[in-house]
Amino acid sequence: MESRPRPMGAQTVRYKAAPPAVCAAGELSGRRCGVWVCTVGKIGIFVSSPDNGSNRTQQGAAMPFGNTHNQMKMNYSSDQEYPDLSKHNNHMAKILTPAMYERLRSKQTPSGFTLDDVIQTGVDNPGHPFIMTVGCVAGDEETYEVFKELLDPVIEDRHGGYKPADKHKTDLNPDNLKGGDDLDPNYVLSSRVRTGRSIRGFCLPPHCSRGERRMVEKLSNEALDSLTGDLKGKYYALKNMTDAEQQQLIDDHFLFDKPVSPLLLASGMARDWPDARGIWHNDNKTFLVWVNEEDHLRVISMQKGGNMKEVFNRFCTGLTKIESLFKEKGHEFMWNEHLGYVLTCPSNLGTGLRAGVHMKLPNMSKHAKFEEVLKRLRLQKRGTGGVDTAAVGGVFDISNADRLGFSEVELVQMVVDGVKLLTEMEKRLEKGQSIDDLMPAQK
Amino acid sequence: MASSFTRILSSKRNVGILSVVGGSVTAAFLLNREHVSAGVPVRRIYPASAEYPDLRKHNNCMASNLTPAIYAKLCDKATPNGFTLDQAIQTGVDNPGHPFIKTVGMVAGDEESYEVFADLLDPVIKERHNGYDPCTMKHPTDLDASKIHSGQFDERYVLSSRVRTGRSIRGLSLPPACTRAERREVERVVIDALSGLKGDLTGRYYSLTQMTEKEQQQLIDDHFLFDKPVSPLLTCAGMARDWPDARGIWHNNEKTFLIWVNEEDHTRVISMEKGGNMKRVFERFCRGLKEVERLIQERGWEFMWNERLGYILTCPSNLGTGLRAGVHVKLPLLSKDPRFSKILDNLRLQKRGTGGVDTAAVGGVFDISNLDRLGQSEVQLVQTVIDGVNYLVECEKKLEKGQDIKVPPPLKQFK
Repeated sequence: MESRPRPMGAQTVRYKAAPPAVCAAGELSGRRCGVWVCTVGKIGIFVSSPDNGSNRTQQGAAMPFGNTHNQMKMNYSSDQEYPDLSKHNNHMAKILTPAMYERLRSKQTPSGFTLDDVIQTGVDNPGHPFIMTVGCVAGDEETYEVFKELLDPVIEDRHGGYKPADKHKTDLNPDNLKGGDDLDPNYVLSSRVRTGRSIRGFCLPPHCSRGERRMVEKLSNEALDSLTGDLKGKYYALKNMTDAEQQQLIDDHFLFDKPVSPLLLASGMARDWPDARGIWHNDNKTFLVWVNEEDHLRVISMQKGGNMKEVFNRFCTGLTKIESLFKEKGHEFMWNEHLGYVLTCPSNLGTGLRAGVHMKLPNMSKHAKFEEVLKRLRLQKRGTGGVDTAAVGGVFDISNADRLGFSEVELVQMVVDGVKLLTEMEKRLEKGQSIDDLMPAQK
Repeated sequence: MASSFTRILSSKRNVGILSVVGGSVTAAFLLNREHVSAGVPVRRIYPASAEYPDLRKHNNCMASNLTPAIYAKLCDKATPNGFTLDQAIQTGVDNPGHPFIKTVGMVAGDEESYEVFADLLDPVIKERHNGYDPCTMKHPTDLDASKIHSGQFDERYVLSSRVRTGRSIRGLSLPPACTRAERREVERVVIDALSGLKGDLTGRYYSLTQMTEKEQQQLIDDHFLFDKPVSPLLTCAGMARDWPDARGIWHNNEKTFLIWVNEEDHTRVISMEKGGNMKRVFERFCRGLKEVERLIQERGWEFMWNERLGYILTCPSNLGTGLRAGVHVKLPLLSKDPRFSKILDNLRLQKRGTGGVDTAAVGGVFDISNLDRLGQSEVQLVQTVIDGVNYLVECEKKLEKGQDIKVPPPLKQFK
């Protein structure tokens, strides 16, 4: 057995029921050697008992789904396996090179997530000439370490130059938000803040097994069940929902459907639908949690009207409370100083936060400078159905464009300030006046 | 047809296994040559009961046969290529099925899947193939087209005739599991062999990635072009990964012999022509298949085949012959007769619309083909179709004259 220097980012993993040859997780052929020697002529079955989250990354047990081809792939040269990205336009395709592929393809995270798993969605979805998708996903927290060489430049590209050594600030103190309780309700129809959270020690939706996903659901339920006051609520599992419940959730605009976007399907997040998926919301219908959709948890605070401050208050209070409830049970969220909150898609790192309003901008949206204004305010527009939908009746979804490199408070502040300015501009245009003096500087 | 696993390994996988991993692995493979052993065991952190899928709303062959006990027994196994039970059943978990149409609900990732997961696949095969028991029965292969009789249909009724099957290249993983390099290897092996075809089988290959717009339009007009699969039954099994890399279509100049590369199987082989000369279609089918087989054998490859299951393909429903022989036939009167379904059943035939599976019939024209795939030979199945279609046409003629028709007695299944 040749010994190889352990590559950067690989973790040494000790397996409880392991064969005598202990191997480093990041180095595939070493691991394979050990197992083969043990199983000559015999079928070895390792079934270790389930244990709590805190030991899991040390255990490094492999997920049963996925990663099964990595050994086969090593029989072929890197060139033979390299994907054809000649017609592709996504961040992954722009960054990945044959040399990088060769260096990374023998690696895997402790749970067995491989480079090909990371990039499959980007290979299967060449992208769009105008819209640059990310083209890669994480299968667990360690993905961002083991495949740093690819993901750091992707993150840098996607998040406006965020460097591998940069630190991300987390600020969930709603008192630090200035104003935001007075967005003009004649223009702002509703306000909403969402983010995602992942439970440390558990694989992410592209990679998790059914057992793992069910455990995430169970733990989330336990935490959410303990919420009190105006956060008290109820969980609706997708597979147990009655027709009446389902209709109500659709009417409330809460229900999420099985993903149909090939971007999501190709990454494997829709496997076993609707097992262990569900929606929790409080009795007031202002605080909502999606379980096991694109991330472990998506947390949403929303209400009609323009009181973004109240929405953000509830958001921070709820999130902080949920986090402490998880901690009581010995679990924490995936977070680190560099990437902030860790989520499935690299585009959602940092805060994972999208704060937005539905607002009427019939005049502004027809103005030649609309896009430029949004860009300078670091905002983006979407249709009222969310991403990839069209605006209806001059009503737009306006939200922050950034996720990483700014704190939660900073991003919501940008939205609050930006929406105020857009409202001013809309009013001017209604009166037939110019908005030139209102043009903002680039934030 | 006996496989020589080590021969294939040493000739085709030159660099990888022996040099990287060392002698112990060679020993492992040599020891396991006679029977298939499971590959690298899957390490689980949850007990099988926590991983067992919720199949209560499911109606497919996998769901009917996957008990918690079988799941627990198989869930930690993997084929030598690393294909796992969870991967095999994923399509059946993701697609609960339809109350009327029972889908199979699982796929094979490689030839060894049928051994390693036999505890589940054998009952699934038995259910899908009407009682064929892979443990005790043998599947007959017969590609001698000269045995066919009465193979010319009345062309006032039969508009076109077609025979299709699939073939897999031994030693390479199947579409749900193959890596990009393996898929490209399949493409290379197949088009290399096809370039050796001569006479009326001379043709050319059109790669999906390199096709020109004009070529694409022509292939669509010829009804040859296949699209990226959209059916969730296929996409959930992972066969559409890396599309359209290493996919393509080969056809002869006369457009009567066609091969799909890397769609749902390594290859799908189709012989077809307008009109009712099923004998000629089948003759060309057999000749073409045998020629392709000879050409790949010259280069050291062979098809996946064994005595129990016949030709090995991705979907268990296509085992045995993998053969669907069919016609497009005008049956406007018969199709409205309430006995139509029973007649088809007894003749061991099925009807589809003219767009293929899951489409509707247009203008009284139906796609009529054999129901069975496994347990009878190619010759037997094609003869069944010929005899059956002739009977249907006779019925149609009788109804035209206002005469009554008879429901034929049911055919015996395993001859």
